[in-house]
Amino acid sequence: MSAVATGRRAKPEITGPMMGMILFVASEAMFFAAFFAGYFTIKANEPVWPPPGVPHLKIDIATVLTVILVTSSVCVQIAVRSIRAGATRRATVWLGITIGLGIAFLALQAYDYSQLGFGVKDGVFGSLFYVMTGIHMAHVVGGVVLLALVFGQLVRGRLTREHHDPLAAGAIYWDFVDVVWLCLFTVFYLLTPR
Amino acid sequence: MTITRSPAADVAPVPERGRLLSWLTTTDHKRIGILYLINSFSFFVIAGVFALLMRTELARPGTQIFAPHAYEELFTLHGTLMIFLVIFPLLAGFGNYFVPLQIGALDMAFPRINALSFWLLPVGGLTILSGFLVPGGAAACGWTCYAPLSEQLGTGGDLWIVGLILVGTASILGGINFIVTILRMRAPGMTVMRMPVFTWSILATSLLVTLAAPVLTAGLIMVFADRQLGTVFFDPSRGGVAILWQHVFWFFGHPEVYMLILGAWGIVTEIVAVFSGKPIFSYPGVVLSFLLITALSFSVWAHHMFATGAVELPFFSITTELISIPTGVLFFIWLGTMWRGKLRFEPPMLFALGFIAMFLIGGIDGVWAASPAMDFAIHDTYWVVAHLHYVLFGGTLFGVMAAMFYWFPKMTGRFLSRRLGIWQFWLQLAGFNLTFFPMHILGLRGMPRRIADYPPDLGWSFLNLVASIGAFVIATAMLLFFINIFLTLRKPRTAPDDPWGGNTLEWATTSPPPAHNFDALPPIRSDRPVFDLRTQGSGGDR
Repeated sequence: MSAVATGRRAKPEITGPMMGMILFVASEAMFFAAFFAGYFTIKANEPVWPPPGVPHLKIDIATVLTVILVTSSVCVQIAVRSIRAGATRRATVWLGITIGLGIAFLALQAYDYSQLGFGVKDGVFGSLFYVMTGIHMAHVVGGVVLLALVFGQLVRGRLTREHHDPLAAGAIYWDFVDVVWLCLFTVFYLLTPR
Repeated sequence: MTITRSPAADVAPVPERGRLLSWLTTTDHKRIGILYLINSFSFFVIAGVFALLMRTELARPGTQIFAPHAYEELFTLHGTLMIFLVIFPLLAGFGNYFVPLQIGALDMAFPRINALSFWLLPVGGLTILSGFLVPGGAAACGWTCYAPLSEQLGTGGDLWIVGLILVGTASILGGINFIVTILRMRAPGMTVMRMPVFTWSILATSLLVTLAAPVLTAGLIMVFADRQLGTVFFDPSRGGVAILWQHVFWFFGHPEVYMLILGAWGIVTEIVAVFSGKPIFSYPGVVLSFLLITALSFSVWAHHMFATGAVELPFFSITTELISIPTGVLFFIWLGTMWRGKLRFEPPMLFALGFIAMFLIGGIDGVWAASPAMDFAIHDTYWVVAHLHYVLFGGTLFGVMAAMFYWFPKMTGRFLSRRLGIWQFWLQLAGFNLTFFPMHILGLRGMPRRIADYPPDLGWSFLNLVASIGAFVIATAMLLFFINIFLTLRKPRTAPDDPWGGNTLEWATTSPPPAHNFDALPPIRSDRPVFDLRTQGSGGDR
């Protein structure tokens, strides 16, 4: 019996960088889970939610933000599918659109912050809202930077049909950022009485 | 199947300055592993001196050398440094050096991220220590830094938070790196159920780090925001919940306890097998225990919070009792491995036996404290200090010493002195028990932890004096250890490839290994490839 024959895999199902990104996202999920646990603990401790004195959040801009981010997730997946089909140019275009939508999200959220009428120092609701959405925003910034680096690799022809781990891993991260936003949207807008 | 020695060419002489630079910029897992050990032992000396200062203060009633606030800074940094910058990085350092060797890999999966996760450690550690230089002094809230006290500290508190975020990030990156390395870089034939138990223990540790450390980071960010941005997460006067910190901290903190001991279990299991001349009594039993403990450790955190009255006592009591079952299984596996073995009492084995005995006491302490009724009586007393030191010092640090004596020949090509090692072992064992056993009794007599002074008429004075004497005996043992390393490094390289009759792949290469780890790998047909090679090769040893 040859040990070599029994043990060797022809090709791993998940490459190292992809697995690394999946683990990183799992770790990030626990990071955000801690904030959500904090949210529900503090909420359970309050007789009225949101606490009195907090201006009600308007859902209109948040809905647009949600549409932008979900669309961008679709775009990044189209980019991944394109490069898997060997269409590098198409992948470049869709990734460019993804990055553009990410920047649009950041700009619109910054505008939204300026319109809210309450700040981070306004009690527990302000603390939770700004820290949680702010940390998410930081992750969107990180995602835009990451995707921009991938974009640079795409433009310089470094990514091919066979080797496109950076794009696929970047897409996982971007989708994760999107899912976190959906959770934030649900908790702060859909589940908070207006 | 023979293992050829690597040619001397790959250690071509490098000019002195270039050699230092090559260490500072290295991405070789073995060098990074050694950097981890150097860094950890440096912080060990610092945090150890803090401990000696505390024991000096406590030797007699009355405040002799430290005002209470300075004493609080000392125990805070002693705990923080020992846990985050000594014990965990020591195990991570051995992991860095030996996991790739044990699975027959060339290096870690992400060598540059590996270097980053190392270098974040000294930066984080020095950030925490730099608290001593700012007005108001270093963090003085204990290593758990409960709210609302954590909200009231000076700049030292911010440095503590930032330092811990850096160290936490380092360990998450390291954890991910280990998991990918172990799952993706194994040599042909190295199936998961043939992996050495130490590699298994690092895999389990890494899972815990990756999933638990980010929770601490989140908590630290909340404290930081409370202190600097005006948020009120932990401020009950404005709607915050102070006890939320305890939940977040211990949700990380209890898995952390297992991060600090799993690696030592892996080391001790391997050493007990090698020095008993027998296979591990039940390899699947070890793996299953590690995995069960990893899973269960996420469900026990609130046993640190029984006395708050805000947690479900029976649930957390039962989960805590449950986790002692796989831990107990490990004890029986160690005993079964030694049973009727040909035991060799070399220093690694002595420290492993010391580990088993001391960790048994620490473990039984834990089962005891899992009972809420008991816990109410001993909460925040010296009894808890005794328990945690029996686990982390009596347990992990004895395991680390076993590993140092076991693997030093592999890492440097030189044997640590056996005679000094045996002296160190007995001094360390005596000093350790002299220091920490009396703390059980002090705790039962009601002495609270984290105080700089105590009244002379409560019957605590004598035992405190004994504990302080013990601390200096421990310091002597550690001095012998460092002298041993210093003397050994000046001696010629005499260690053969496989000095102990090892089982795992690191013994199939030269001592120290070449930069590329292996010239040729032996076939891997069991969890003991080097044993197989030895017994099938030149006649076998039994």
